[in-house]
Amino acid sequence: MTAWEAAESTTEPVLEVTSLTKRYGWRTALGGVSFRLWAGECLLILGPNGSGKTTLVRLLVGLARPSSGTIVWFGREVAPVPLEVRQRLGVVMHRTMLDPELTVFENLSYYARLYRIPDATERIQTVTSWLGIEERLRERVRQLSRGFQQRVALARAVLHRPSVLLLDEPDTGLDRASRARVLDLLRAHRERGGAVLMTTHALDFALEAATRALYLERGRIVYEASNQESLRMLAATASNTVPV
Amino acid sequence: MWTQFLALVWRDILSEFRAREVVVGMAVMALLTLLIFNFAFDLSGAQRVASGSGAFWVAVVFATLLGLGRSASLDRQEGAWDGVLLSPVERPVVFLAKLSSMLVFVVLVELVALVVMALLFDLPVFRPGVLLVLALGTLGLCTLGTLFSVMTAQARAREVLLPALLFPLAIPVVIGAVRAMVLELSGFGADAGPWKSLLAGFAMLFLALSVATFGVVTEE
Amino acid sequence: MTMRTGVDWLTLLGVAAFALVALSVAMIFLYAPADATQGDVQRLFYLHLPPAWLAYLSFFIIFVSSIAYLLRGSPHWDRLARSAAELGFIFTTLVLLTGSIWGRPIWGTWWTWDARLTTTLILWFIYLGYFLLRAYVADPERGARYAAVLGIVGFVDIPIIHMSVRWWRTLHPEPIVVRSEGPAMPPEMLVTMLVTLVAFFALYAFLLVVKYRIETARDEVLALRAAADSSV
Repeated sequence: MTAWEAAESTTEPVLEVTSLTKRYGWRTALGGVSFRLWAGECLLILGPNGSGKTTLVRLLVGLARPSSGTIVWFGREVAPVPLEVRQRLGVVMHRTMLDPELTVFENLSYYARLYRIPDATERIQTVTSWLGIEERLRERVRQLSRGFQQRVALARAVLHRPSVLLLDEPDTGLDRASRARVLDLLRAHRERGGAVLMTTHALDFALEAATRALYLERGRIVYEASNQESLRMLAATASNTVPV
Repeated sequence: MWTQFLALVWRDILSEFRAREVVVGMAVMALLTLLIFNFAFDLSGAQRVASGSGAFWVAVVFATLLGLGRSASLDRQEGAWDGVLLSPVERPVVFLAKLSSMLVFVVLVELVALVVMALLFDLPVFRPGVLLVLALGTLGLCTLGTLFSVMTAQARAREVLLPALLFPLAIPVVIGAVRAMVLELSGFGADAGPWKSLLAGFAMLFLALSVATFGVVTEE
Repeated sequence: MTMRTGVDWLTLLGVAAFALVALSVAMIFLYAPADATQGDVQRLFYLHLPPAWLAYLSFFIIFVSSIAYLLRGSPHWDRLARSAAELGFIFTTLVLLTGSIWGRPIWGTWWTWDARLTTTLILWFIYLGYFLLRAYVADPERGARYAAVLGIVGFVDIPIIHMSVRWWRTLHPEPIVVRSEGPAMPPEMLVTMLVTLVAFFALYAFLLVVKYRIETARDEVLALRAAADSSV
C-alpha cells in the first residue's frame, strides 16, 4: 500500500490512458482515446448515446479488455486490473449491482466483506446517512424505487473509501434533493484529494460537479473543456439549448 | 479470502432462500424427469436398479443445467455479477464460491430425488457408497457446468449453448456415476472402486483446470 | 502481397498432395489385394484410418494453439485453432461416415457402440459445441478466448471419455468385431496404407495452410471494416 501512496504523492496523474481502443468485431466502440485524470478533479465524459462512454468506464475498471492501448492506474500499467487497484476504485454502472432479494443493509454488508472493510456497520451507517437512506436499511432492494436503488448503488460505490470514483450516469432516477446530496458527496471526495470520472446526460447536474470535460463522439475525443467557461459552452452545444 | 468466499456463498444462498427461483425449478424438473422415465421405462421390475440409476442421473443432469442457466441469468439481471468482478476478490475464489453455492443447490435437489427414488422404486439409496458416488459425480458435473455457465451467460441462444458444451464433456461423469450407482445398489459396491476413482479423478482434474482458466473467462 | 517469381511452396505442396491422393486411390483399388475374410469392403479401411488420425491430430493442434493463445494473446494462434477445428470437424465426419458404411456389411449394422467409434462421435459433438460457442458469443475476441478454454478442457477430456466408454462397453455384451488389421497384414496392404497416410497428411498440411490464410484474410477484412467504421 505504501508504494501506491508514494506514487500518488508525486505529480503523476491518478490515471493515464493512452490510445485506448476497443473493437467488437468490426464495430469500433472506442477508437484511440488518450487523457489523464488528476487527483482532486472531476472529469466529465459527455457524448451522445453510443459514443463509447460506457465502454470507456468498463475498460477502465477492468470489466472489459482493451483491443489496444494502455491504462495506467496510479503510475502502474495494469491489464488485467489488479486487486490493489480495484480496492481503490468506487464504481457506479447503469445497473445497480445490488441483489434485489437482499435488504439494503445486507447488500452493503455483503460488499463490505468483499472489500474487507473493518468497521463495516459504522461505515454503512455513515455512508447511508450521507445519501439519506439510513431509514431504509431494513427494506429489500426490490421494494425500493429506482431513485432509492440508485442511492444505495452510490453508497455501495463509496463504502470502501475509494480514492477514485467512476460513475456511469450516477444521477439516474435521482430527484433534485438527492442530486444535491450526491454533489456534496462528490465535492467532499475531491476535497479529500480523491478524483472523479463521471458520465451523464443531466448537464445542470454535471456542470455543478465537473472541473473538466471531454466530449466523445463515435469513440473519439472531439473536444476538451478545461475551464468553467468552456464547460458551459460545451454544455450549450451538447444540449442545443441555452446555457444553464 | 475466506471472508470473501463466505460472503459470496452467503449472498447466493440467502438470495435463493428468499426468491426460491432456482432450487424449486430444479427440483420440479428433476421430479418430472423421474416421472416421465417411469412411464418411458419400467422402473418397477427387475431392471429397476439399472433404469432407476439412469433415470436419476438424467434427472440430475437436467436439473443442474436448468439451475446453472437460471442462476447465471439472475446474477446478470441487476449487474450483481459485475459487482463481484469489480471487487478485490481473486478469480479462483469467485469460481470456488459459485461452484459451492451451485453444489448446495444441486445436492438439495438430489436429496429430494433420492427420497422419491427410495419411496417409488423401493431402492435402498441411502447407503454411504451411493452417497459417495453422488458426491463425486455432482462435483465433476458442477465444476464443468459452472465454468461453462459463465462462458455462455451472455451469449446468444445460451439455452442451447450450455448443454451443447456440457453434455459431451460430462459423458464420463454420467457413465461413471450410473455404473457405480448400479453396482452399489445391487450389492456389488466393492466393484465400483474404479468408477469412483474415475469420478474423483475427473472432478479433481477439471477443478484444477477451471480454477486456472477462470480469469480468462470472466473478462468481456 | 508481393509477387514472387517461380512456383511457391504452397502450390508445390498442393500439387504433391493431390498427386499423392490420386496415387493412393489407384493403389487402394488396383494394387492392394482384396481381404481374405472381408473382401473388397476392407478397402474402406484405407479411407477410414487416416481421417481418424487427422481428426484427433486436429484437436491436438487446437489444444496447443489454445494454450499459446491464452498465454500470448496473439491472433495467429487463434487463427490456427480455427483452421484446425474446421478441418478436424470434416475429418471426424468422414471417420464416422466411412466407419458406418464399413460397419454395415461387416458387423451387420450401421452403428455399434464400440469404444473408438463412440469416442469419435463424442469428439464430433465437442467440435460442434466449439463452433456454436464461437458463433453465439457476439464479440469475436471474447469468443476466441472462450473457444481456447473449451479447446483445452475438451482435449484433456477426450482420453477420459475414451476410457469411460471402454469400461462401459466391457460390461455389456459386445458384438463380435472382426478386425482384419492383425499383425499378418500382407505387404501390399501395408504399403498402400502407408502411401494413403502420407497422402492424407500432405493434403491436411495443404488445407491447413490454405485455411489459415483464409482466416488471416478474414481478420484483415474485419480490421479494414473496423478502420472504415471508426474513421467515418
